[in-house]
Amino acid sequence: MAEKVALLKVENLVKYFPIYRGVFQRQVGAVHAVDGISFEVFPGETLGLVGESGCGKSTAGRTILQLYKPTSGNVHFDGANLVTMKGEDLRKMRRKMQMIFQDPYASLNPRMTVGEIIGEPLMVHNAATPREIQDRVAELLELVRLSPGFASRYPHEFSGGQRQRIGIARALALQPSFIVCDEPISALDVSIQAQVVNLLEDLQKQFGLTYLFIAHDLSMVRHISDRVAVMYLGIMVELADRNTLYADPLHPYSQALLSAVPIPDPVAEEQRRRVILEGDVPSPVNPPSGCRFRTRCPIAKKGVCDEKQPEWREAKPGHFVACHLVA
Amino acid sequence: MPDLLLDVQGLETQFKTPEGVIYAVNGVSFGLKEGETLGVVGESGCGKSVSMLSVLRLIPSPPGKITAGKAYYRGQDLLQMSNEEIRHVRGAQIAMIFQDPMTSLNPVLTVEYQLTEPLLLHLGMNKEQARARAIELLEMVGIPNAKERLADYPHQFSGGMRQRVMIAMALACNPQILIADEPTTALDVTIQAQIIELVKRLRDELGMTIIWITHDLGIVAGLAQRVIVMYGGFIIEEAFVKELYANPKHPYTIGLLGSLPRIDEQERQRLFSIDGLPPVLYNKPTACPFSPRCKWAMDRCWKENPVLETVGPDHRVACWADVKTGRAR
Repeated sequence: MAEKVALLKVENLVKYFPIYRGVFQRQVGAVHAVDGISFEVFPGETLGLVGESGCGKSTAGRTILQLYKPTSGNVHFDGANLVTMKGEDLRKMRRKMQMIFQDPYASLNPRMTVGEIIGEPLMVHNAATPREIQDRVAELLELVRLSPGFASRYPHEFSGGQRQRIGIARALALQPSFIVCDEPISALDVSIQAQVVNLLEDLQKQFGLTYLFIAHDLSMVRHISDRVAVMYLGIMVELADRNTLYADPLHPYSQALLSAVPIPDPVAEEQRRRVILEGDVPSPVNPPSGCRFRTRCPIAKKGVCDEKQPEWREAKPGHFVACHLVA
Repeated sequence: MPDLLLDVQGLETQFKTPEGVIYAVNGVSFGLKEGETLGVVGESGCGKSVSMLSVLRLIPSPPGKITAGKAYYRGQDLLQMSNEEIRHVRGAQIAMIFQDPMTSLNPVLTVEYQLTEPLLLHLGMNKEQARARAIELLEMVGIPNAKERLADYPHQFSGGMRQRVMIAMALACNPQILIADEPTTALDVTIQAQIIELVKRLRDELGMTIIWITHDLGIVAGLAQRVIVMYGGFIIEEAFVKELYANPKHPYTIGLLGSLPRIDEQERQRLFSIDGLPPVLYNKPTACPFSPRCKWAMDRCWKENPVLETVGPDHRVACWADVKTGRAR
């Protein structure tokens, strides 16, 4: 097989949020939201990014799109380094990469009509004349299975699932090649989640889209992704092909995370053995020394795990892991 | 049936809003046996929480009103009790834990104050006894350094720990029934697993009867013995857990199970999706509330609302169609 060329290549991406205190607003520390992650996304694939709240997965998505300025690291997209890009060049790149947000109630301006919302990216990027925008909006609405007549209505008239479709139509407006889906279904009811996921899969097939799918629902991530990456407290602990990761997770955190997900099948549930983690995720302001997971890790070794941060390495072909104790 | 701990019959609850009356619960009947765990499943707005809140008369009134029904607990109708009488049932006999532990704990009172209050009120303990019991309760729900943490305020606990405090509060008076209203929805999966493990352990140790309200069919599969599925203010299916998952009979239950991806899924399959939206209950339904979204819907479904009928051993379903044949039952 020929070597595939990555559409997105992230190298040692770091994002700290400074904490200021006192009268002089001195910086007293930083939230280590993303602390050195590296991975590639190939054209046409879906990379799932999972982890618990506060692990930095959303920050990672936003920093990749340069919505946050990275503290350090590189993001190569389509052959260009986004981190060093500025102004008009970066703005042009943004056409190719879009985002779908988690909360369909907060991410649509309540004072704009659906037509204005979906047409806005076209207007901002001078991609079409007003007449063309109208046609394109109608086309986009049909694409996400909504009636073109909805263009003159306001977001409050729609349900959560319909709003999420509007958000998807807006993301598609500029015909991007890469979309970051930041928990696009977490706020939706179960029966509506399946509708939106099916739509995302259809659109991917139709337009050859590449997704970075951020979520905490591991079953849904397995369903939609080709490869899955697991994050914990700002770092990536494991990345592998979906079936490999779920069948044979190497990192103790991935193992615990997967075993914690309930299966909607009472027979399977009876036979399962769970790894129950103790305690809570430590604060990202002051992450543990060495391996970040060691405070909750069931197999952590003194003198090894608390001293050096494990390196991110390819343990098996295509299977990356960061753990001292994995052979 | 005399062996039922809680026997709810024909419960109806409505809310008056400026837009009109919302028919939230439309004739819900179920029984709860001593020692069993009952799962109540449904999407937001299906009436699952409102039914259980109605049983404890915790519906804010106005705008809410329980318009019909009976709820017998040990032979006494909770819905007919005086306010004073029901106060002795709540917390002492039937306790409840809620979804969001931050909003259900008082942020300006210490955990000690909140934990000892029911002991002083319901059980008439003195301060020292109550304090000792509070420490015991915190230890029971797995909070480290229980003695020191009594003086802490809710914001000093993490989400999972707060939910443990809530459970400790609910268990303070040794209730017969614990009603859990989506207690793990706001928590991360690894913390959710901790809480579920804790509840299972306490259930076995204390022989508690539990009603677990959730939208997550996965949690119910591992926890409940019997399951009620609700839609549009009605119970639409009821069965033992294994029977329900192996042999769902209502089109909505089938759709709901089909729309869930599984973590042990091997081949990628297209998810089964239920078209349309859950109903908004501004009118009292006269037809099957699921008929607009149902692919088996027949003429009769648009005219008459099916009642729960027994279709197998302890398996009841409210549907005119037989989904196996696609024809009338």
